[in-house]
Amino acid sequence: MKTKPAKLVEADFAPPAPTYPTKIVEVKLGATKNEGGTRGKSIVIGGETVPAFYGFGGPAPHPPVIALDVFDMKVSLPRAVKMHVKEVLEDPAAWAKLAVEKFEADLVTIHLVSTDPLIKDTSPKEAVKTIEQVAQAVKVPLIIGGCGDPKKDMDVFEAIAEAFAGERFLISSITRDMDVERCGRFIKRFGHVALSFTPMNMNLARDLNRRLYEFLPREDIVMDLTTAALGYGLDYAFSNMERARLAALAGDLELAHPMSSGTTNAWAAREAWMEMAPEWEPRELRGPLWELTTALALLLTGVDLFMMMHPAAVKALKDVIEQMAHGQPDEVDKIANWVCAKI
Amino acid sequence: MVRKELSPIDVYRFLPKTNCGQCGEQNCLAFATKVVTSEARLEKCAPLLTKEHERARRQLEKMLRPAVKEVVVGVGLHAVKIGGKFVMYRHEFTYTNPTAIAIDVTDEMPEGELVDRLKKVEGFNFEFIGHPLKLDMIAVRSITNEPEKFQATAKKVVENTNLPIILCSFNPQVIKAGLAVAAKSKPLLYAATKDNWKEMAELALRHRCPLGVFAPNDLKLLRSLAETVLEYGIEDLVLDPGTFSAEGLAGTLSNFTTIRRSACKSGDEFFGFPLMGVPMIAWTQKNGVHEDVARWKEAYLAALLIVRFADIIVMHNINGWALLPLVILRQNIYTDPRKPMAVQAGLKAFGKPDDNSPVMFTTNFALTYYTVASDLESAKINAYLIVVDTGGIAVDSSVAGRRLTAEKVANALKASGIENMVKHRRLIIPGKAARLALEIEELSGWQVLVGPKDSSGIPKLLQEKWLTQA
Ligand code: SF4
Repeated sequence: MKTKPAKLVEADFAPPAPTYPTKIVEVKLGATKNEGGTRGKSIVIGGETVPAFYGFGGPAPHPPVIALDVFDMKVSLPRAVKMHVKEVLEDPAAWAKLAVEKFEADLVTIHLVSTDPLIKDTSPKEAVKTIEQVAQAVKVPLIIGGCGDPKKDMDVFEAIAEAFAGERFLISSITRDMDVERCGRFIKRFGHVALSFTPMNMNLARDLNRRLYEFLPREDIVMDLTTAALGYGLDYAFSNMERARLAALAGDLELAHPMSSGTTNAWAAREAWMEMAPEWEPRELRGPLWELTTALALLLTGVDLFMMMHPAAVKALKDVIEQMAHGQPDEVDKIANWVCAKI
Repeated sequence: MVRKELSPIDVYRFLPKTNCGQCGEQNCLAFATKVVTSEARLEKCAPLLTKEHERARRQLEKMLRPAVKEVVVGVGLHAVKIGGKFVMYRHEFTYTNPTAIAIDVTDEMPEGELVDRLKKVEGFNFEFIGHPLKLDMIAVRSITNEPEKFQATAKKVVENTNLPIILCSFNPQVIKAGLAVAAKSKPLLYAATKDNWKEMAELALRHRCPLGVFAPNDLKLLRSLAETVLEYGIEDLVLDPGTFSAEGLAGTLSNFTTIRRSACKSGDEFFGFPLMGVPMIAWTQKNGVHEDVARWKEAYLAALLIVRFADIIVMHNINGWALLPLVILRQNIYTDPRKPMAVQAGLKAFGKPDDNSPVMFTTNFALTYYTVASDLESAKINAYLIVVDTGGIAVDSSVAGRRLTAEKVANALKASGIENMVKHRRLIIPGKAARLALEIEELSGWQVLVGPKDSSGIPKLLQEKWLTQA
């Protein structure tokens, strides 16, 4: 039998402080007048030297930022989202203003849905006009979202890139089946940033980034590794991003780019928007929590830029990001007696 | 050696090597392969359990021991296992034992409210693609600090539920009173602190219960306490480094991460125990805000802790809208990342389809497929479903990533042989693949009917469009 200790055994503990060989590249989004654009400010993302929120190495150099979605035409939205934007559904400039002024978006994504040949097939020229209005209405950096048709997107992106040369818009997105050379060249020539999008596969991500390097410096590339909704593949998206970031910090330069997440995809889960049995209601609360939960899991993998939709989810994620910038808890007393707390 | 680096040969070396087959495998090497991936447990090899192989067995047990010890709370069917983790990241292997969710009750709750709450916790269930998602434990909190009151509450809890219990008080007298009525159900005792560790350890030892150790935001103290009670003779611990919300959030996650990292990467024996988080903290700082705000904050604190290594969380809210995302998140984080996310492509029949039945397609992403399948089954629809191989990617992402193209759909239609099984030539496609409609018509010669964006809309679509246009 052991002898029972009579007093506290003093164990030692030195928290680990490992170092990683690689720094995630810093990418600047948006350009001010001095920087050759017209934005009110530019935003830098990336620059991490340790995994997200591990505590050692201090807080990240640039806290993650949030872009809100704006659509260039009326689209069907979940009810919980629609109720917050119903007045501006057909006015992208007003929508963008609302996103920035009321919902405190750091950036705005304009999804040029109407350019889709299968929807309205609006011309690149008209898309330029829409962006013009939005760029006038808000001064935050912009993200240019395509319609998903690779050919049309290239034409639209090129027209916008040229019309807004020097603005460092994030072009969302460049995919493997586009003419990567053409995209790389116009993004470089007109001073923008590429969002390199791949479907949940690290090898494909490396491959696309490698192709882009022929035309773009690493500082002009952000990557989107695909976000799946909570309950519908978030597990794969989560591990894919976690692995990519750890690999990047350990020396895999082709993955050492800031990560962007299309967190709006959370709404693809039916449990986010559907009316369910009374014990799961109200969906007006369940839905935004769905989007927030998806975002939080990915925040922990190291995502630098979130593209989101619901104002309440955005507000809560902002709070969390701000809180995470603080150091150690100093109010130990407050929780020391949680067991006795009256609620 | 870290578990994930074990090779089948490392295990094989210590097996009896008789290839007797009692384990149900062809030979010892096949068994070793399964042991390494956790698909088989050592006990299955009967010869290994004999005296002759005792040393080898000990060695194997040591090799296979998880970095985080597995601790059992409760007895019988309802016992929960916590911890037992082999790795820090799920992609390295897989996470065992999903985070147990405990709901609090207090010794100030009137009996009716208490019993009602226990019923609700037990009754919580969400069927998610074939998995029941449930709540796991009851945390009994002593608010009054009075042993008799706590005992009475613990008694009612034991009488009314089989769920495993956490007895919560920093006063050993209170815990002792609780144990007098609840010891048989092997509760987790919460918690030993720098002030009470000796009495608590004594109680845990006497009643053979796992012991929680609490040292808010002081990892050195937590580690000292762990070492102390281990020396005292306690074997099963649960560590609580404190859960802080607001300004303390970063420190909280950093503490959880540091402990788990030390256990998994450096083999720290004092930190190799399950971790407990307390999202309930969100309610103690609510300062008059609406209850839904506290629920919301508690939920997101819980989400962060589920992802970052908590093996038990204590919560106050039992409202479904706030718990649903959490139990699904837990399910996601604890799935086996080694399992492919794809089901087999090809033609599937639902109900009893005939030559007039609808034909539709979806992708071979497992979740998409199971969702569509369960919608067809629950609506008792007779139909053919063609599962197109998109490499296990959902409809919207595979359209965006060009893994789902009109050509692929047309080929899958052809290969399925469906043309000989139905008289019509009308294909229902997912609403999220609407952009492929025209091209599919061109390539396949079938008429396309664009279906709903969510398969829950299929019955309605069939009612409104399939019959009327046939
Ligand atoms: S039971 Fe044991 S000895 Fe027999 S084949 Fe299986 S592993 Fe080998």
